[in-house]
Amino acid sequence: MIKEYKTIKEIVSPLMVVDNVEGVTYDELGEIELPNGDVRRCKVLEVEGSRAVVQLFESAQGINLAGSKVRFLGRPQELAVSEDMLGRVFNGMGMPIDGGPEILAEAHKDINGLPMNPAARAYPAEFIQTGVSTIDGLNTLVRGQKLPIFSCSGLPHAALAAQIARQARVLGDDETFAVVFAAIGITFEESEYFINDFRRTGAIDRTVVFSNLANDPAVERISTPRMALTAAEYLAFEKGMQVLVILTDITNYAEALREISAAKKEVPGRRGYPGYLYTDLATMYERAGRRQGRKGSITMIPILTMPEDDKTHPIPDLTGYITEGQIILSRDLFRKGIIPPVDVLPSLSRLKDKGIGAGKTREDHAGTMNQLFAAYSRGKDAKELMTILGEAALSDDDKLYAQFADEFEKRYVSQGNETNRTIEETLDLGWELLRILPKRELKRIKQEYIDKYMPDEE
Amino acid sequence: MSGTITKVSGPLVVAEGLADANVSDVVRVGERHLIGEILNMTGDTASIQVYEETSGLGPGAEVITTGMPLSVELGPGMLDNIYDGIQRPLPEMRAAAGDLITRGIDVPSLNREKKWDFVPVAKPGDIVSAGDVLGTVQETSAILHKIMVPPGISGEVVSVESGEHTVAEAIAVIRDSRGNEREVPMMQRWPVRIGRPYAKKFVPNRPMNSGQRIIDTMFPIAKGGTAAVPGPFGSGKTVVQHQLAKWSDVDIVVYIGCGERGNEMTDVLMEFPELKDPRNGEPLMKRTVLIANTSDMPVAAREASIYTGITIAEYFRDMGYDVAVLADSTSRWAEALREMSGRLEEMPGEEGYPAYLASRLAQFYERAGCVQCLGSEGRTGSVTAIGAVSPPGGDFSEPVAQATMRIVKVFWALDSALAYARHFPAINWLTSYSLYLDTLRAWYTENFGEKYMNNRARAMHILQEESELQEIVRLVGQDALSGSDRLTMETAKMVREDFLQQNAFVDEDAYSSYAKQFRLMDIVLKYDELCREALAKGADLNKLFVIPVREKIGRAKMADPKAFDEIYDAIEKEMQEEIAQVVAGGEEE
Repeated sequence: MIKEYKTIKEIVSPLMVVDNVEGVTYDELGEIELPNGDVRRCKVLEVEGSRAVVQLFESAQGINLAGSKVRFLGRPQELAVSEDMLGRVFNGMGMPIDGGPEILAEAHKDINGLPMNPAARAYPAEFIQTGVSTIDGLNTLVRGQKLPIFSCSGLPHAALAAQIARQARVLGDDETFAVVFAAIGITFEESEYFINDFRRTGAIDRTVVFSNLANDPAVERISTPRMALTAAEYLAFEKGMQVLVILTDITNYAEALREISAAKKEVPGRRGYPGYLYTDLATMYERAGRRQGRKGSITMIPILTMPEDDKTHPIPDLTGYITEGQIILSRDLFRKGIIPPVDVLPSLSRLKDKGIGAGKTREDHAGTMNQLFAAYSRGKDAKELMTILGEAALSDDDKLYAQFADEFEKRYVSQGNETNRTIEETLDLGWELLRILPKRELKRIKQEYIDKYMPDEE
Repeated sequence: MSGTITKVSGPLVVAEGLADANVSDVVRVGERHLIGEILNMTGDTASIQVYEETSGLGPGAEVITTGMPLSVELGPGMLDNIYDGIQRPLPEMRAAAGDLITRGIDVPSLNREKKWDFVPVAKPGDIVSAGDVLGTVQETSAILHKIMVPPGISGEVVSVESGEHTVAEAIAVIRDSRGNEREVPMMQRWPVRIGRPYAKKFVPNRPMNSGQRIIDTMFPIAKGGTAAVPGPFGSGKTVVQHQLAKWSDVDIVVYIGCGERGNEMTDVLMEFPELKDPRNGEPLMKRTVLIANTSDMPVAAREASIYTGITIAEYFRDMGYDVAVLADSTSRWAEALREMSGRLEEMPGEEGYPAYLASRLAQFYERAGCVQCLGSEGRTGSVTAIGAVSPPGGDFSEPVAQATMRIVKVFWALDSALAYARHFPAINWLTSYSLYLDTLRAWYTENFGEKYMNNRARAMHILQEESELQEIVRLVGQDALSGSDRLTMETAKMVREDFLQQNAFVDEDAYSSYAKQFRLMDIVLKYDELCREALAKGADLNKLFVIPVREKIGRAKMADPKAFDEIYDAIEKEMQEEIAQVVAGGEEE
């Protein structure tokens, strides 16, 4: 039998203290029933003797200390999962908000999940073609990877994420895929942008949306990505689907975490964020991956906006330490009209080496990738020098490199949000651009590939 | 002896009624028997850190003390294995509980069923003391596991078994001076927070060969030394750690993945069995112990993981082996410390870290060293400790990096600017240092002559000069430099590109022997020397920079590790001829 307590002692949103409780356990889910019949949810953060400190998931508005009742449900926060979730829209707490029926649960899953045994992981190595040259060619995404987009306010990260969701596919493969989209504290317009895009391409039927918008309670945001990942784990590892998870925006998530930490009067770490921000983010990000002997996979694209465009801010910084690379968007490129404005040099995919090469993409991929990086880097240096000292100060080679850098941005990076390039097109475009440079400069590519892919024209 | 929980707050549990328990005892918490450790005692109330997720625990649940501190099991079966932070074998946990780490899984650290072929060394009647070898087990094809008399036991060997035994079965009986007989199994236990005893410590004086040119030649580390690899994300910390784990000329590698990515451990697990040790051709996994407490695994076990790792390392050191401990990353360990400290409501030091951060770090690194082991044989062994540091935003002024720099002797500072330019390993030559240069000089001189260290000094000097000249170039352009300065810039570029850059993913380049490093550096410096002479004779610098041999020097590091000597001889000869030609050409005009 579930006991009801009318012993709420204190509410300092989002925390609440309940006295004289019995048998309450850590992390247990609770319900608060207001005098008017409203039910709100909460979970136990700390229990000492007969006193429980509880965190509200929703706003504390209207809770009356004397008249409200609290029930503890004896289980952690769970999500009802089923294949019918595809095509549905839920709020940040996992309740349907699209007017459709409740989900008939095939199972109830603890939204916190469990750590994956490192010995059970399968290493991600299958190339995903996103159709975006800067990703496919230079920062290759593989199945089971977590690759965040580091953006800044005002940059078109949503367009890039939607483009990836729309175009991503694994070569020569027709397995079932699904998209799980979690809107974490973003605006209605941004959320609608994604949903409309899914609708336009028909992907909406294979998409599960969890939506916590900017005016929904901030504390709910702690649960939203975990709801999404629980649904993703179910679809991937129990239903064998290839799941792409898009979480946007992690910055809002971290701010909600900070809010609760401050309410708990915890000792803050950097910039007021709690000391366990790293561990907390890791328990989400690490849920991406593949497992040995299972068909499905979770590929994750978290999006975050860097406060003040600062990559060393704790949120992008800690994310970068956990994820397997990052795609960084640049304001400078965006101003130049380059779409998508991917800043190639600081972007990185740590798992690319295992996903490219003969049999996966093409034999010349690794060499041309390194050559393009090196050439673009040198071209940018040359252009910088040119702005200080004038074009005359450049050597002949450097002039070519500067020209290369311009062309590279214009043609390779700036492909627009509607162009879907195959990997061959991307690689061939790379060769075309490398022709700008003298052949002797192509030191990072094996001679046999130069002979094969860049035969002498005369 | 059991108590009752009064408070649960994340991984911290407070229980009363534990008057007989000791500080640091391991306890079993709640119905599921979660593993915990007592941190503090007040009266009969204990603060306990629990190594597993505490969701579902509440006041009233039972806590049972085991009366023993957190310990590891030491014996055959650790190599080629992967453990979590408190030495639970992950493959066996997977077999028992599936792909996810559920709670309360109880599997022994060392397999109790597996039989090992024990070959006795000691004979009945021998007088033995702690550290003496009773016998051996060929644990893997690469490593002979020596079964030693555990610390605290000595006396006369009454009997010794031979043949197939499990780790828990007695393989010898030892009678002490009072006539008490004790059965000794192959396995022993040791508390992780206490260093294992040894006879004597030495100052390390042999270099650890890593095959990495920037490390071996520029910033060497001694066997038994300590080093830190700090760097922002994406600068290649993990690749450096992996390279060290692969190529270091040590007998045993203990790799601790402490709060890092799960896929990285999977990578090691998949790659190491395939890779062959360049010295004996055995798969690298046969000499490796992996500790994986990834970032999503419980944070308290992360705190314990580096102690688990270094205790295992000390045990192999006691057999007389050279062991390397690689901890990736100590920053995550420090964060676990901070989290527990916060829950204990301790007064925070800098950035919320506990005030004892520096002393704990120092205690960890101090367990490294070069020692004479216990036992009458007088074996020597070493533990080399190398810790990665992940400073927030790549800013080395934060507490963990600063506390680490005060202790370690070698500092390989990774630099994101180098990483963006795809210069790998991205170890910055200007900010890194090694304090072992003086103690190791004798070794280098004995093996390669004085030139090795002199060349190093010369190369460092050139790189330093380059950084100063670059300032000028940035202001007024290259043309303002004198010929000699331009040559310095060119040589520095060669040192950087043709010597320091090393590709971990190309077989010929991933490992460079001392001899190859020495010759490669010598070629670059000889080029500098010859060009300087030529310049003095009025040769055209632009022509010297484009002589055809330069391309060969650029590819010289890729030379076959077995046949590089001839190739390098040819390069040197060609270089002399071509420079002479430029000089002659200049005189004719």
